[in-house]
Amino acid sequence: MDWSVVFSDALRSGIGPIAAVYALAAMGLNLHFGYTGLLNFGQVGFMLVGGYGLAVTVATYDGSMWLGVLAGLACAVVLALLLGVPTLRLRADYLAITTIAAGETLRLFYRSTWAEDVTGGVFGLQRFASDFYDLSPIPRGSYGVWLVEFNSRDLWVMIVGWALVVLTGALLALLVHSPWGRVIRSIRDDEHAPRSLGKNVYAYKMQSLVLGGVIGAVAGMLQAIQVQSVSPDSFDPAVTFFLYTLLVLGGAGRILGPVIGSILFWFVLTFLDSALRQAIDAGYISPDVISTSEIGAVRFALVGLALILLIVFRPQGILGSRKEMLLSER
Amino acid sequence: MSDDHARTPGAAARPRLAGTLPEPGVPKPDALLVLDGVSRSFGGLTAVRVDHLEVQRGAITALIGPNGAGKTTLFNIVSGFDRADGGRWWFDGHPLTGRPAHRVARHGLVRTFQLTRVIPRLSVRENMLLATSGQRGEQLLPALLRPLWHGQEREAGRRADELLERFRLGQLRDDYAGTLSGGQRKLLELARALMARPVMVLLDEPMAGVNPALTQTLLGHITRLRDEGMTVCFVEHDMDVVMGISDWVAVMADGRLVAEGPPHTCARNPSVVDAYLGKRHDEPGTPQGQE
Repeated sequence: MDWSVVFSDALRSGIGPIAAVYALAAMGLNLHFGYTGLLNFGQVGFMLVGGYGLAVTVATYDGSMWLGVLAGLACAVVLALLLGVPTLRLRADYLAITTIAAGETLRLFYRSTWAEDVTGGVFGLQRFASDFYDLSPIPRGSYGVWLVEFNSRDLWVMIVGWALVVLTGALLALLVHSPWGRVIRSIRDDEHAPRSLGKNVYAYKMQSLVLGGVIGAVAGMLQAIQVQSVSPDSFDPAVTFFLYTLLVLGGAGRILGPVIGSILFWFVLTFLDSALRQAIDAGYISPDVISTSEIGAVRFALVGLALILLIVFRPQGILGSRKEMLLSER
Repeated sequence: MSDDHARTPGAAARPRLAGTLPEPGVPKPDALLVLDGVSRSFGGLTAVRVDHLEVQRGAITALIGPNGAGKTTLFNIVSGFDRADGGRWWFDGHPLTGRPAHRVARHGLVRTFQLTRVIPRLSVRENMLLATSGQRGEQLLPALLRPLWHGQEREAGRRADELLERFRLGQLRDDYAGTLSGGQRKLLELARALMARPVMVLLDEPMAGVNPALTQTLLGHITRLRDEGMTVCFVEHDMDVVMGISDWVAVMADGRLVAEGPPHTCARNPSVVDAYLGKRHDEPGTPQGQE
């Protein structure tokens, strides 16, 4: 059993492009859930319209990448307005129901035969990412330090991805520590108080929903670029629950919560995957107990176990404050 | 000085109300809030049906009545937290009928709640700052540029500290509001309402669940507000509390305004006695008895 391979796999996953994508999407969700108290269970829907906005513009209509980015962002704004207008005046649970349904509806809609001419149906779209990779200043090849190694394409996505994470983090930090953020945080605890003090709570919730959704759409575009294809089934509802998992893991309502959460989530997930694989190959675990094809399911079961332990022993997450969390339970 | 005021409540406002007849719906010499034909029913139950009510500027008006009389419902309607089925109302000459809560507050009519609504995960000082009106930093884009709102924020901070000192919360200003005791929350909510620079405050049972010593403190604060020119209207069901400080009392029962007048006339008014103690045919055991 080769531990250096296990660590190499886990590290690569923890700092890799997909961890950046999930960190970014979870930062949008953090603005919704962690700061405004909006229960958005359809963040994957924002990722979907972002990714498809880019892919459809470039692959179907031969537009430029930048036009595609704009289209993706515009789709996210429209989606947020469509979701928010009817539900944000209602209690929080209605938004939860609406968003979870909307995410799934969007996926089915984009994969339908009716939309196939535009979205590529179940096959999705490919060949829209070359503009992005042409911008890369990194010469072709493979780069590595210590245990990890990436090819030039992944490295380029990683650099852009983590740069976006840093930028978004800075933007959100400025926002939540401003008077705007104070209103947002007060809505999270009790929306009647800010209303009685002259704050248009509905407008603030809408701004939060749009902004967090747009951040989700950027994550969706980055994911589409990284795998160089979009297909409806890569945007299934489980993605939203992974986002919640890593948000709770890192600490909701903390700027770095989703970043730490995403890195750790992917590190642990890949660590378990690789370690189980190695252990089976080396004969430490009999194939009768866990076969190689079952590893995918077992690692999620173990992540679930870790989450249960986290909720029991550190419910506020890694960065969260327990004191603050207890105050919200009145 | 302030002791004198406490002993002779309504020193400023009472003379102006002296000629006003103690009748329900009577016009006031200088009415700030005017309600006309306001009604609200929940299913078959008529919670509020107030034909006419005027609230005098610069006075303390108490809205009293037994539980279920519709006082809080009326408050909720006027402050935009509930909608009325009918009727119209004006504040300082502006029609407020059907305005959402935040618009009502921006007109200078600020309310508090029966169950205090401090924001537990903001500090005491942040709770105060939240109430500042017209902050540039509360808009999404200017919020990103600290120099645009920093000066305004510092100004608001000074005012918040002053108010916190006045309400003896200065030492707690950096604590989470969620750690405050029930009484401290009442004080913070009142201080926060003042931070919004209201013309009139609507206090929903400010003395509910508060110990006698703090009740006196709160009464002192309310009297001082009136003496500084603020209009105060509060809901209360304890008659004793009301008698001491109000300049005018309006009595509600079963959703209607049954009596109005200076405190001492109200206490003797037969319809008030009926409302509190029940008429003979309303005694428990009769089929028409209401809950």
